[in-house]
Order: sequence, then structure tokens, then C-alpha cells
Amino acid sequence: MIDRSNWDWETKEKAVPIDPWKENFSWVEEPYASPDGEQVAAIVNIDEGEFNVCVNGETWENPFEKIWYLRYAPDGRLTALVSDTAEWTVAVNGVPWEKKFGYVWNTLFSPDGKNIAVAAQADGEYCMALNGNPWETTFQNMTYFAMSPDGSKTAAVVQVEDFGEGEIHKFQKGCFTAALDGQAWDTRFVNLWNMAISPDGTKLAAEVRTSLYDYSIAVNGQVWDKTFQCVWQPVIHPVTGSVIAPVRTGGKWTLSQDGEFLWDQRFLQVWHQTFNADGKTLAAIVSPKYGRWTVAVNGQPWVVTFGTMVSDLVVSSDGSTIAALAKEGDQWKIVVNGSPWKDTFDMAWKPVIGPDNKQVGAKVEKRGKYTVVVNDRIWPKECDAAWDPVFSPDGEKILLRTVENGRYLRRILPVTEITG
Amino acid sequence: MAEPATKNPVEEQKVVDEGIDVGISRLTEDKIEKVINQVLKGETGARLKTYVSTCIHCGLCSEACHYYMSNDKDPKWSPVGKIKQTIWEMIRKKGRVSPEFIRRAVEIAHTECNQCRRCMQFCPFGIDIAYLIGMVRRICHKLGVTPRYIQDTVHSHSVTMNQMWVKGDEWPDTLQWQEEEARGEFPKLRIPLEKEGADIMYSVIAPEPKFQAQLIYQAAAIMEVAGVNWTMPADKGWDNSDMAMFTGDNEIMGRIKRTHFETASRLRVKRIVMGECGHAFRSVYDTGNRWLGWSQPPIPIVHAIDFYYELLKGNRIPIKEKFKEPVTLHDPCNVVRGGGLGEKLRYVAHALCETVIEMYPNREYNYCCCAGGGVINCGPPYKLKRVKGNRVKAEQLMDARTRGAKVIIAPCHNCHSGLKDIKDYYDLHMDIKFFGDIIYKIMEKPE
Ligand code: SF4
Ligand code: SF4
Ligand code: SF4
Repeated sequence: MIDRSNWDWETKEKAVPIDPWKENFSWVEEPYASPDGEQVAAIVNIDEGEFNVCVNGETWENPFEKIWYLRYAPDGRLTALVSDTAEWTVAVNGVPWEKKFGYVWNTLFSPDGKNIAVAAQADGEYCMALNGNPWETTFQNMTYFAMSPDGSKTAAVVQVEDFGEGEIHKFQKGCFTAALDGQAWDTRFVNLWNMAISPDGTKLAAEVRTSLYDYSIAVNGQVWDKTFQCVWQPVIHPVTGSVIAPVRTGGKWTLSQDGEFLWDQRFLQVWHQTFNADGKTLAAIVSPKYGRWTVAVNGQPWVVTFGTMVSDLVVSSDGSTIAALAKEGDQWKIVVNGSPWKDTFDMAWKPVIGPDNKQVGAKVEKRGKYTVVVNDRIWPKECDAAWDPVFSPDGEKILLRTVENGRYLRRILPVTEITG
Repeated sequence: MAEPATKNPVEEQKVVDEGIDVGISRLTEDKIEKVINQVLKGETGARLKTYVSTCIHCGLCSEACHYYMSNDKDPKWSPVGKIKQTIWEMIRKKGRVSPEFIRRAVEIAHTECNQCRRCMQFCPFGIDIAYLIGMVRRICHKLGVTPRYIQDTVHSHSVTMNQMWVKGDEWPDTLQWQEEEARGEFPKLRIPLEKEGADIMYSVIAPEPKFQAQLIYQAAAIMEVAGVNWTMPADKGWDNSDMAMFTGDNEIMGRIKRTHFETASRLRVKRIVMGECGHAFRSVYDTGNRWLGWSQPPIPIVHAIDFYYELLKGNRIPIKEKFKEPVTLHDPCNVVRGGGLGEKLRYVAHALCETVIEMYPNREYNYCCCAGGGVINCGPPYKLKRVKGNRVKAEQLMDARTRGAKVIIAPCHNCHSGLKDIKDYYDLHMDIKFFGDIIYKIMEKPE
């Protein structure tokens, strides 16, 4: 995790005018704010085939022919996918990795920001590249990607057997497997999809299909004894290392742990199961009846349900606060521990839980203007852009990053200024 | 009405299809019985029972079907004839049918019905033949007998979440290439990738990046001129198509639709605008979302027709001059009969074109192109049957041509390909266009 104690929690307001950038460049793309709020950056076009990144008004030292996917790593380093002379790589704070590829995409960050990985293609072969180092082994195709919780390992679904166009029976024998740090499993599958890597990096679990009909979870290449009608992405218990995945059986969904049923309850849908830090609380988005959605905590669904969608489930580290977004018609609500907040929004972003495990904040949008809402209170500012709020380590203050009237603003406010 | 000519009528040959032949060779009556009963008991409910018990064999639906009409009203091509030869017999025999019976059932279900639902409108009880045919396909899927070409497409869906084996890097690379091309014409044009919080996510079907990248160029040009705040995903979820829906591989259907909707949700867009495609609309709007438990699409889906309607109505696309050649309109079943967009389609056509000549019948009564429902995706072995099975469409087009139409507007990818085969086979000499082609051609562009 990121240590936020050394961030500036005192200065009330810092501003970076960004409108004038438009005069210096032929166009300016959408801005990104750094996690600590000290920087705002955007991809800018200088001339035909010449791009750069502008950070607080200063461009990186060298321009590139193409730049996309500008994103801040959680530790505040600014990354982008960049290309020169038809080669691609990752640039970190303007410095490209030494190693270049035919193409790179899908940047992944570890939560502490120390590790940066991408999917890479070179000469028609595929692998992951972590901090500039590609796997030793490459594959003819690579579809799904994962990073271990500490970011030291990467995994991908890879193709290990050839099959030609229309060779359906060969395909059905299994031509894919998963690879951890480039080491492919020996087992072959018809399909593999989303994966999870255990915190200690020893276990890789993936959703698999062993025939056109049989779904299960494979852990280090070994399939659970049971197969199901369908499965979704597994997660790994943060303490015990057991593997938990939604499974479909008899037309209904539930959670399974290492192949055994974990929950007695059956739902029309179960996905996005999420643990708290000690693994005692396990919440998931569920559909208790057709067309109704809610969250179930350790198998027990909230009483309140929603018609359109429930998404962005978050669980506080102690498990006491569970928040999600719920959509009814075209309006979004924030729901905390089964209670919807009073306001509705045109759009809402993933809720953020404070260090005390109680405070909840989120970025929201109404009528094209953005603001944040904390503990069911709206901050009464209408901004042209905003980022997720960040709570100070003591939970007393909140960092707000916005764009207002052509200026990027970094504000520090006492939380009570919003919550009253 | 003049009879359309046919080119070198070729004798129908016995089709060799590895997807079916190998599958059949592995079947036994015991296995068939088990699978049919599993599907009938475990996956069908009151709907199937009601349909089976209410049909009075009146035949009112027969003349609705283009296959029946085009095959000289041979009863084996009538909607209920196809049901009699498939699911009814399976029910009557309690699942105990032979592998050869299954061979015929696959052919009927996959290559002799477009699931277009035209017949349903003529049935006094609203019996949905397409649903019943869908059950047959589901059974065939479970038995491992599905035509090779469409099965391969579903394999592609299962691996890549797109229908054309487009690899992870090929997709964003293609978009960036189109963006660069388009900057020759619109110097500041962007195809904004992964722009979180845009109003719209634009999704397409995989043949676009694979073979028809100019359609992405055109869409980007229209977005640019209309000033739309839009985005496209750089990772999976960009393809809205769904052949798994048509092979009865519901689990893969669910997976690809989940990917599509969750991608839109991740990008925090308010709506998904999809290109000019019919079947994908059915999948995102009806079948796929429901299998997942969403009674409505969780993020609203706007078909290109509806989107162009909105842009034109709001005067957001300045038009230089209207399209001159007289056009006729092909109403795609999935968006007009299935999605109610018939009037908007006409609004768009009239706003863009000087002369619009209606086909008859039209709107929800239009004849299907015969490509839909996955039929064209079963590939070349069935092409002849497909074009012969739609002589009525050729007659319908011929009639519009006689009245002056030179261009067919078909706002659906499959319809395009299906109509092209028909016009070639019956020597119709008409052009086929998407709305996007016409808008791009006639809109004002920077000097
Ligand atoms: S092709 Fe259309 S009209 Fe003919 S049986 Fe199938 S759904 Fe009915
Ligand atoms: S019209 Fe309806 S009742 Fe009559 S034969 Fe057709 S499906 Fe059966
Ligand atoms: S391809 Fe077009 S006309 Fe044909 S079934 Fe689909 S929507 Fe209908």
C-alpha cells in the first residue's frame, strides 16, 4: 500500500492552469491527476506524428510519434505507452524502457506502484513484460493477463498448440494453458479466462473449460474434481490460500471453495466476490431473483435490491463496511451496508473507504458536472472534472482533485467540511 | 413483376461438413436420448409446453416464411414443417431418435431457418418458431454437432471475446491506424481509447477491424463532425457480436455479453452505441443480457439507426447535399421487427437521400435477408441453399429496382452479405450500402 503520510495535507489549495496548454499545442487530450494531487498531465499533440506529455505545464524531454494510455502508477510515477519508428514500449516519467516491442498494451500496476507490467508482442510472439523485462518464453497468442498481489509475478492465458482456421476438433482437444512468469502448465484446456495469483505467488488459479460443456477452476494446472455448468473468475483467500469462485449448478449460481460448495444459498447470478483483509468477510454481487440485484455478505443478501445493475463492490479491510454502486433506470446510487444514500447521480465511480473503515466517499456526476460525495453528503461544488477523493491517513482530511474553469485544483479539506 | 434471372443453377450436392459429420459419428441413441431429455427437462419451461400444445397445424404461418415461398411451397420448408421434423419428433419419441435424425435436425435448425420471427406474426397464437429452432440448436450444441464454420466462430468468441480471432494487439493497433489515416482528412480527429467517463462507448463487430476497417474510419469521422464525446475500449469487450447465441452455446453467449457490458461499465459511459448490425442488437438487447439475469441491458444500447436519427434530428451532422441515387430500404429483422426501429430508419433515409423507394412488404413484415440467425455463418457449404431459399427476396428487390431503386440500404452486416449473395446469384445489379457509407459521403468535411 501507499504511505500517504508524507503527502502535503496542509496546503489548502494549489492550482495549475491548464486552459493555456491549448495555445501551446495543436490539441490537448483528457487530463490525469497524480494520486497525491501534485501533478496534472495530458497527452498533447505538437505536430503531425509528434506527441508529448505535458505535466504541470512542462513537457517530457523527448516527444514520441505516438502516445496512448497515459496513467499514473499508484506511487505517482507517470506512465504511457509510446512509439517511435514503429516500435512500442512503456515510458515512465518520460523515460522509455530500454526494451522495445512490436506492440504493448494493457498496463498493470501493483498496488504499491513499484511494479509495472504490460502485454507485449514482438515478431508475432507474445509475452508479458514486467518493469521492462519480457518473459524468457514467448507464445503464439496470449489472451487474459494477471499480476500477483505484490506485483512480482505476471501470468497470462497462452496458446501452446497450433490449430488452423476451422480446425474445430483440434481446438476442442485443448490448445491453451496458463503461464506464470512464462512457465506454462503442462495441462491443455479448451479455454481459460480470468486468473488470480496467491499473495505468496505460489498459486495460479484460472477459470477453465475442459470440453465445450464442462467448466471448472484449475489451480497450478490441476483441475478441481468437480465440473460445473459455468464458472466466473476465482479469488484467493488472503490467509488460507484456498480458491473461491462463482459456479453454476442446476441453472443457479453460488460460491465454491476448492471445488466444494461454500455458500448454501443459490442465486440467479453471483460475481465479483471480494474478501476483506483477514478473509472473514466475503461479499459478492448477486441476483436473488430475476432482474433484481444486490450484495450478499457471507451468503446473506441485503434486503434492498435494485433493478438495473449493481457494480463496484468494495469491502473495508476490517470487513465492517461494504459499499457498492446500484443503478435503477439511468440513475446511480451509492449503497453502504445495505442502505442506499439519498441522492441519485447520472454517474458514480467506485466508492473509496477511509482508513477508519467507516468513511465512504465517491466521485459522482450530475448534469455533466462532477463533484464528490462523502458519507451521504454532497460537496456543493460543480466541477468540470474530478478524480476519486483520497482520505488522509488519520481520516480527518480529504484530498480533492478537480478541474474548474480551466484550472486544475488540488484542495485539502477537513472531512467535516463536507459531512457537516 | 419480372422474374429475376438465376445464374447457372447448380445441382445441390451433399454437403460435407466436418462439424456435423464428426459429431454424428460419435453419437449413439442412448447419448442422444440423455441429452435431449436433459435439455427438455432442465432448460425449457412452460413456454415450450404451451407452444407444443397450442399449435393446431393450421399452416397460417407457412406463407410468412421466405424458405417456404422460395421453395415452391414445399411443406418441409414451412415453419411448422421444420418443427415437425425436429423438436416435435424429439418430444414424441421422448428423445430416442437416431444419429441420422440429428443430422437432418442440425441442417434444418442451422441452415433452413434464420430465426427471423416473421412467421410468428402470422400465427394466431404467437408461437415463436425461432425459439423452438433455438432449442434444437441448443440440443445439437450439447450433442457436439454444429456446422464447422459457425462453431469455429464461436471458438473465436470463447478465446478472444471477438468473432474473428482478432488478437489483443491487433485491435488497438487497427484503431490507431484508422485514426492516423483519418487525420489526413480531419487533422485533429481522435479515436479516443479507454477514455473513462465519455458519454458513449462505440462497439462494433469483429469483421470491421478484420476486413472493413474503413467502417471504423467512417464512424470516427461522423463522431468527429457531430462532436460526440465517445470512446472505444482497448481491451476485450469491444465486439458486440454473438454467434454463440445462434449455436445454443448459452454459456459463451453470457460470457461475451458480460464482457461487453462490464467494459462499458468500467469506462463509465452512459450509453453503448453499436454499429449497423442486427443480430448483435438481439444479443445485447434481449438474449444475452437476460441469460445473465439483467432483464434490461444494464447500460442502454443504442443501435446505429437510432443514433443517426438522434444526430440528424438534432442537426448535428451538416449535410452538403442529399444522396442522389434512388434508394430502397431493407428492414433488418432484428432491429425493426425485433427492435421497433422501422420509423427511425425511414426518418434517417429521408434525411439523407433524395428518393426513397419502399420495398414491399416492408417494416416488420419485410422478408429476411436469409443470412441472419447464423445461417450465413455456417459458411460456403450452404450458400446455394441460402440464395435459393430466398428467391422471394430477389423478387422483392427486383420489384423495387423496376420502380427505380438503384441502391439498397441495409443497416445490418449480415443483411449486407446475404443481400450481396442474392443480388449476385439473381443478377440484380444493385449497390448495397450502410447508412454510415452514405452519411460519410454526403456530410460536410473540413476543406
Ligand atoms: S426463417 Fe423466419 S419465417 Fe421461416 S421459419 Fe424461421 S423464423 Fe419463421
Ligand atoms: S400459425 Fe401457429 S398454430 Fe398455425 S401452424 Fe403455424 S405455429 Fe402452428
Ligand atoms: S441478417 Fe439482417 S435481415 Fe437477416 S436476420 Fe439478421 S437482421 Fe434479419
